[in-house]
Amino acid sequence: MSEITPDLVRHLAGLSRILVTDEEVERFTEQLSLIVDSVAKVNEALAGIDVPSTSHPIPMANVFREDIVEPSLTQEQALSGAPDSGEGRFRVAAILDEE
Amino acid sequence: MSELIRKNASELVELLKTGQVSSVELTQVHLDRSAAVDQDVHSYLYQSPETALAAAADIDRRRAAGEKLHDLAGLPIAVKDNLTTTDAPTTSGSKILEGWIPPYDSTVVKRIREAGLPILGKTNLDEFAMGSSTEFSAFGPSRNPWDLTRIPGGSGGGSSSVVASFQAPVAIGSDTGGSIRFPASVTGTVGNKPTYGAVSRYGLIALASSLDQVGPVSRNVLDSALIQDLIAGHDPHDSTSLPESLGSMADAARKLDVKGMRIGVIKELMGEGFQPGVMNRFKESIALLEQAGAEIVEVSCPNFEYAIAAYYLILPAEASSNLAKFDSVRFGLRVAPEGNPTIERVMAATREAGFGPEVKRRIILGTYALSSGSYEHFYGAALKVRTLIQRDFAAAFEKADVLISPTAPTTAFKIGEKLEDPLAMYLNDIATIPANLAGIPGMSIPNGLADEDGLPVGLQLLAPARADARLYQVGAALEKMHEDIWGKRMIDFAPELEVRG
Repeated sequence: MSEITPDLVRHLAGLSRILVTDEEVERFTEQLSLIVDSVAKVNEALAGIDVPSTSHPIPMANVFREDIVEPSLTQEQALSGAPDSGEGRFRVAAILDEE
Repeated sequence: MSELIRKNASELVELLKTGQVSSVELTQVHLDRSAAVDQDVHSYLYQSPETALAAAADIDRRRAAGEKLHDLAGLPIAVKDNLTTTDAPTTSGSKILEGWIPPYDSTVVKRIREAGLPILGKTNLDEFAMGSSTEFSAFGPSRNPWDLTRIPGGSGGGSSSVVASFQAPVAIGSDTGGSIRFPASVTGTVGNKPTYGAVSRYGLIALASSLDQVGPVSRNVLDSALIQDLIAGHDPHDSTSLPESLGSMADAARKLDVKGMRIGVIKELMGEGFQPGVMNRFKESIALLEQAGAEIVEVSCPNFEYAIAAYYLILPAEASSNLAKFDSVRFGLRVAPEGNPTIERVMAATREAGFGPEVKRRIILGTYALSSGSYEHFYGAALKVRTLIQRDFAAAFEKADVLISPTAPTTAFKIGEKLEDPLAMYLNDIATIPANLAGIPGMSIPNGLADEDGLPVGLQLLAPARADARLYQVGAALEKMHEDIWGKRMIDFAPELEVRG
């Protein structure tokens, strides 16, 4: 059985920067327990064998393009989708807590 | 309804070239069709008739002036809403990006524009392409034109339904675990996931970067080939883009010959869990291929049993990282809690309000799979299983040139049926996921109707990496055999939709 508890779901949601409601915690705990039990099956395939990892289906190394300056987004374009901006920058809430 | 909208794209292109129809006329009849049926089908999240008609008028002008145009110039197309477009909102089916107008075009869209194909609109999808039904779209589900109470597949249910309901001759989709092929299977259409890296992912809003691939959706195999030939090719903006050309898919689709080809039937992707009607049509198609001179062999891929498990670790892990960019700072939604919150609290409130349930589930799952205590047991193990699946394919392709299976275990299910049961939803992709894990190309073609419910069934073709042309060759040949037997195309069995004002 998996170790997915309501506290763990809250903790993981916190790490993921998602505020979750109590109702979501309850539902996700139940659903994620089932999913985690099911995906743990990957270890059965590996019993008694040693295989390398594949992180990328078609590996390519050292992919470079010619070092030529190309047009990029203007400052105005880069800021065009921002919820808030000013003086040519993204404007955000306080980075640090008051304490 | 104009008869033009029922024609294959390859025929429409000829009519355009010979001046029998203008691009404006062709674009207008498809816009009219959307006005008549899309209230019910809900394929589109966004349409701008003015923009589409202006692009069409431009092509007509240039053709009249004798300019040398791309072969597909003037052919209207629909684009999945996870590809960026500078002249239309790009939402990826999420509230967090509602109304966002990207400052750049995706490479695929750039190629479409340069070739002069008017874009009819942006099609619906499960939020960030996470889903098999479009029910997780923040803007409501699309519906299956064969039966409006059923799902059109997902995540690309907008692109499958737009083509199946004759609102567009062709469309662009993206496939991370079956999001082009499953929708094609349940709507009686064709969809291809090219070899990983064949089509640029630049400007495709990433779900899982090592699995995502853009591809064509259409009503017949040649039409998909024409679109793949248009959008494929090296792109320096995508470091995973293949440097080499894979050749002409359209040429392969015109061969109509399978003599001497070795076709492998995957033992593990049939039988238990597959609907009887799906299996019956599958067996009939095996017999057809054999009659046409192909050699049928059985292959075994024992590790496919673990493919879904590996996929639902790798995908959430990559997605949890990719979706970190939705942070309320650079684009999209910002929700500020009461008082004087810090940026961290603004991010958390924004992501709570902006993401739907499936996206939250997968981000949390991915965060878990990557966390220090569980990394080896989950994500690390999944990457090793990925190697085993690649090896299964390598062994199978020693015996066969092309592999076949049913695309999906069932026909289209009812809207709402699997919404609260994520594991049942994930099983739809049991046959399609292995191709994404291995990076190989996979195509779904219409394979008749299931006896028990009269709904479309799909057949999946798989080939080694870079051998996409084989899929088009076998797919088009089998399609021709089917059409000769049926006396019409698969899509011509679809019931007429009710037309509104």
